[in-house]
Amino acid sequence: MVLSGAEIVIRCLQEEKVEYVFGYPGGAVLFLYDALFQQEKVRHVLVRHEQAAVHAADGFARSTEKVGVAMVTSGPGATNAVTGIATAYCDSIPMVIISGQVPVAAIGQDAFQEVDTVGITRPCVKHNFLVRDVRDIATTMKKAFHLARTGRPGPVLVDIPKDVSMQRCEYEYPKEVSMRSYNPVTKGHSGQLKKAVQLLLEAKRPMIYTGGGVVLANAAEQLTKLTRLLGYPITNTLMGLGGYPSSDRQFLGMPGMHGTFEANMAMHYSDVLLAVGARFDDRVIGNPAHFAEEPRKIIHVDIDPSSISKRVRVDVPIVGDVKDVLDEMIRQIESGEARPNPDALASWWKQVEQWRERKCMVYKNSDEIIKPQFVVQKLWEVTGGDAIITSDVGQHQMWAAQYYGFDKPRRWLNSGGLGTMGVGMPYAMGAKLANPDMPVACVTGEASIQMNIQELSTCKQFRLPIKICNLNNRYLGMVRQWQELFHGGRYSESYMDSLPDFAKLAEAYGHVGIRVDRPGDVEGALREAFTTYKNELVFLDFQIDQTENVYPMVQGGKGLTEMILSAEDL
Amino acid sequence: MRHVISLLIENESGALSRVSGLFSARGYNIESLTVAPTEDFSMSRMTIVTTGSDEIIEQITKQLNKLVEVVKVVDISEAAHLERELMLVKVRATGKDREEIKRTADIFRARIIDVTDASYVVELTGNQGKLDAFIGAIDPALILETVRSGVCGIGRGDRVLKV
Ligand SMILES: Cc1cc2nc3c(=O)[nH]c(=O)nc-3n(C[C@H](O)[C@H](O)[C@H](O)COP(=O)(O)OP(=O)(O)OC[C@H]3O[C@@H](n4cnc5c(N)ncnc54)[C@H](O)[C@@H]3O)c2cc1C
Ligand SMILES: Cc1ncc(C[n+]2csc(CCOP(=O)(O)OP(=O)(O)O)c2C)c(N)n1
Ligand SMILES: [Mg+2]
Repeated sequence: MVLSGAEIVIRCLQEEKVEYVFGYPGGAVLFLYDALFQQEKVRHVLVRHEQAAVHAADGFARSTEKVGVAMVTSGPGATNAVTGIATAYCDSIPMVIISGQVPVAAIGQDAFQEVDTVGITRPCVKHNFLVRDVRDIATTMKKAFHLARTGRPGPVLVDIPKDVSMQRCEYEYPKEVSMRSYNPVTKGHSGQLKKAVQLLLEAKRPMIYTGGGVVLANAAEQLTKLTRLLGYPITNTLMGLGGYPSSDRQFLGMPGMHGTFEANMAMHYSDVLLAVGARFDDRVIGNPAHFAEEPRKIIHVDIDPSSISKRVRVDVPIVGDVKDVLDEMIRQIESGEARPNPDALASWWKQVEQWRERKCMVYKNSDEIIKPQFVVQKLWEVTGGDAIITSDVGQHQMWAAQYYGFDKPRRWLNSGGLGTMGVGMPYAMGAKLANPDMPVACVTGEASIQMNIQELSTCKQFRLPIKICNLNNRYLGMVRQWQELFHGGRYSESYMDSLPDFAKLAEAYGHVGIRVDRPGDVEGALREAFTTYKNELVFLDFQIDQTENVYPMVQGGKGLTEMILSAEDL
Repeated sequence: MRHVISLLIENESGALSRVSGLFSARGYNIESLTVAPTEDFSMSRMTIVTTGSDEIIEQITKQLNKLVEVVKVVDISEAAHLERELMLVKVRATGKDREEIKRTADIFRARIIDVTDASYVVELTGNQGKLDAFIGAIDPALILETVRSGVCGIGRGDRVLKV
């Protein structure tokens, strides 16, 4: 069948069972948009800014097991998409981004709306392609989806010159791809696996530390099974929350800079640390030299060899897919005789419980002023702990992570690696489209939400009844906190002046806006949002305590055991 | 420590910038980088000379392997290997310097491949040390320009880098 390049692109999307493309049209993608128009299988979501298109596709991917797809025009369309692409890259999210390019003959001529998209995005994609020949489109698309979802997932960009999208050729979608240069390992090395299991079973102070890799591998079930089988304490990184049920006794909370005392102490003083799909980020282990002072054996399971022994020396590296590797560990333990030493484990738990007794997550609530932690707790109650929660970046992000207990994976969507303010609402849009029957709430701050506030319009057009919980402290709170603690209280440019009336703003876009000033009104407002206005977008503008800080905290350069637990520790 | 890394990479446009971009983005050193297609035109072979601690070299090889177009990577300096570099030197050659340069070239087994009444172009291959020594042996005032290819490397004996 002979088709145009543009028609081939859309056919490929159909073959990949893509339901939604998030995008924004322009000159270089006119043929692509024309082809989209003439079919009904792939639906297009018109955002108001290309950054939001990529974030929304990313949110769609994070909340499902699917590849997110975005489409942008050349030049400014592509540059606007870059932040979104880099955000997805840093958290290993599978995406395909299709960008228009000027015609092949115009490339390099400083043509109108020409930028070197492949060059600009090269450092923040898993891979990218410039398609110079219409006959290469189908195989390139097939490769793009394959690369995005296999191995360590990531965004893949396909740049298509306008003339290539117009030219015609015979179309057939390849059934398979093979790339001699790309063969990610999935099964763990059996010798290493045996060593790991033995080490784990002999441990006296074992700790399980897991991250985004568990969520990406859809291996929460395996992780839960293994952890219960062993009876060991476990922590999930910010990206790994929901990988293990947070309501379970074995769960110690999040590790790292704003993690719990017990998780950090147990990480630090463990004698065997099983790291699964987590990359020893600087916000997790603090000062690596301090972390290395305590001798412990580390087993590290990761599909990307370059994640292993990058920041800490690993004793038993296992390159492979989390799901396969955990399945094999479970099989080996179940079929063997050896079990963890009950006495050692009991005394280790006794120690862990003592750390937990410090109750580092307790905060001082108030009857007069709304505490952000209280809002998140109420959000948890009102949604039965079973909503998809997205977040932006700042203090509110940490409070959401700390106080909304995630029991299931793919319920917590946030930008961990790049820390991109402005992801919250687009993530919620993508998540809501992917999960129309699930409640979706975006916990944000008054600064972050303004980075993509224009998407309130998209939400109206596509009837996306998400709930925006704005923890409004009239400050770039996270910046203010650092200035308070480390810059002598000089609040340089961290005050958010001239804020809009968010409730009215939401109303202007055709949504429901509610301003909440008193602690006593928090629950009621939330209930209203999720029941009375179930089918509406509700913007809840919570006026919270301006001075509240995020604790516990490991300051930059400090070790995991050197935590500030509360303001009193200062 | 100095390492010589050899790799095979798909012969696609932009492949080189993926490699050089990786080095600059992650702050790795490149002392030299050479690249040309192999006997199989769909693939290029690159030799990269770099320096770094063991941890850094481990990361470099892992990161290179991670590039989608890279087919194979080896650190050939981990075992017996050969290194060769080509250098062309244009020297001022007049009067008694003409004989002197010719003699020095002979000692180094270099060849004079271009002659004018005022200059020679000398071609020399060898490892980096030999090339450096040749430069050292010539009066700097006579050197008009030099161009070096960067190191090409290959493992000795049974060690073969092939798909
Ligand atoms: C304001 C702010 C504060 C923060 N504070 C904290 C904090 O206190 N605590 C905290 O934990 N984080 C914190 N972060 C997040 C932090 O920056 C990192 O993003 C996060 O810790 C990384 O999580 P991760 O190690 O799980 O890795 P991810 O980035 O999720 O990486 C996943 C790893 O799993 C691997 N992987 C992927 N798929 C598979 C598979 N199928 N099989 C095997 N392996 C796979 C990948 O190769 C990668 O190595 C903060 C971020 C911000 C913005
Ligand atoms: C795009 C972007 N610019 C700047 C920053 C740096 N930054 C991190 S948190 C923060 C303040 C966020 O303020 P707000 O959204 O109100 O959240 P709060 O910390 O007050 O809860 C800033 C500016 C960032 N993460 N992203
Ligand atoms: Mg704020």
